[in-house]
Amino acid sequence: MGGVPADVWTWLTTASNWSGPSGAWHRLAEHVYVSGVSLAVACAIALPVALWLGHIGRGGALAVNISNAGRAIPVFAVLALFMLTPLRSAGYLPTVIALVLFAIPPLLTNAYTGMREVDRSVVEAARGMGMSGGQVFARVELPLAYPLLMTGIRSAAVQVVATATIASMVGQGGLGRIITAGFNTYDTPQVVAGALLAALLALLVEAVLIAADRLFSPLRRTAVRRSAAS
Amino acid sequence: MTGERAASGCLVANDWICGEYLRSRSGELADATVQHVWITAASVLIGLAVALPLALLVRARPRFAGPVLGLTTLLYTIPSLAMFSLLLPVFGLSAALVVTGLVLYSLTILVRNILAGLQAVPDEVREAARGMGYGPLRLLCEVELPLALPALMAGLRIATVSTVALTTVGALVGKGGLGNLIDDGVQTTFKAQVLTASVLCVLLAAVADLLLLGAQRLLTPWARARSAEAGG
Repeated sequence: MGGVPADVWTWLTTASNWSGPSGAWHRLAEHVYVSGVSLAVACAIALPVALWLGHIGRGGALAVNISNAGRAIPVFAVLALFMLTPLRSAGYLPTVIALVLFAIPPLLTNAYTGMREVDRSVVEAARGMGMSGGQVFARVELPLAYPLLMTGIRSAAVQVVATATIASMVGQGGLGRIITAGFNTYDTPQVVAGALLAALLALLVEAVLIAADRLFSPLRRTAVRRSAAS
Repeated sequence: MTGERAASGCLVANDWICGEYLRSRSGELADATVQHVWITAASVLIGLAVALPLALLVRARPRFAGPVLGLTTLLYTIPSLAMFSLLLPVFGLSAALVVTGLVLYSLTILVRNILAGLQAVPDEVREAARGMGYGPLRLLCEVELPLALPALMAGLRIATVSTVALTTVGALVGKGGLGNLIDDGVQTTFKAQVLTASVLCVLLAAVADLLLLGAQRLLTPWARARSAEAGG
């Protein structure tokens, strides 16, 4: 037992474990690629719908119900079903579809809630100032909904990166493969090393998105500009 | 005769939907469902038993808020496959491993919701109860917890539904309830088994959610009375 941390370290510092098509670098690249594509597709589908529904103020029940139903669907089961269809020979596609389905609910709910929680009196005031629907959306609602919108993207991103490991249970790529491969050969140090890499990647994504959130926050920028001007 | 041949034909043809599979493997399906239910129930109940004191601690000592909320959120970012693997050296291939992992995941949602519920109790209510001579324990049990119940139950429902889904990943160590059947079905490309187990898993989540919703209605009769009043 005491040898496990040392063995994990040995595994992580052995160059041959990092190279080749089943090496850690390749698995890491697969993982980042699959997670990134899934998140981008999910954002492209969920955000316009959620922002538009939030702008016109309808579909709240839809957003909440989709979010609740999404939690009940096991990603492992969805992947397993795809692997028994012709999709199994379509490369990363089964994993990407499963992860997109998984990421849409939190994105949809957070973006919609963010839009609806914008103070109505502020929106009324903007309309009173003669802003058109598009201007209200772009200059008032979107900046005010931004924090919650980003929270949704962040939690979706972290969950996608974490969940992408499950793809290995049905033979798809990613960091999970290091874990399952170690599992099948009773190689505990490799299992723990793979688990550590997957956990560290999820935490890294969280940290990067928190930093990006702070950097691009529209309210922060105006605040800085205002304090610089005064 | 022909009917029988057609019925067993769906197993041979490896159809997605197969009545013969349901009939011949009903025992296996029931066992997997029972395992799934008890792993989920144990995880959520232990999660609740850990989350409640944590939420009370955070409320009583706000300086613990950062560490407790940070740590439970951190746990949530750890991939389930990694979580189960990291716990492997401690528990071995056991149901305790899956339950422990699921408990750790449920904490994020439960602690936050219980805390939000407790913090939403109006100060006047607390003052009034204190004025009536309620001690801290009685205040907690008879005033604060009942008022926090809707938020607590909302958290419990989310935690339960996601735990039902996540239990399937326990198939990695052979303790995934219906996930075991899904895993087995993928290895042997047995379509009826994968589809049936997946559908059962989703149904299980829906039933659990409805049961908890019913429990919430029973436990908070005043909320119903209020909404009826507002409606009428």
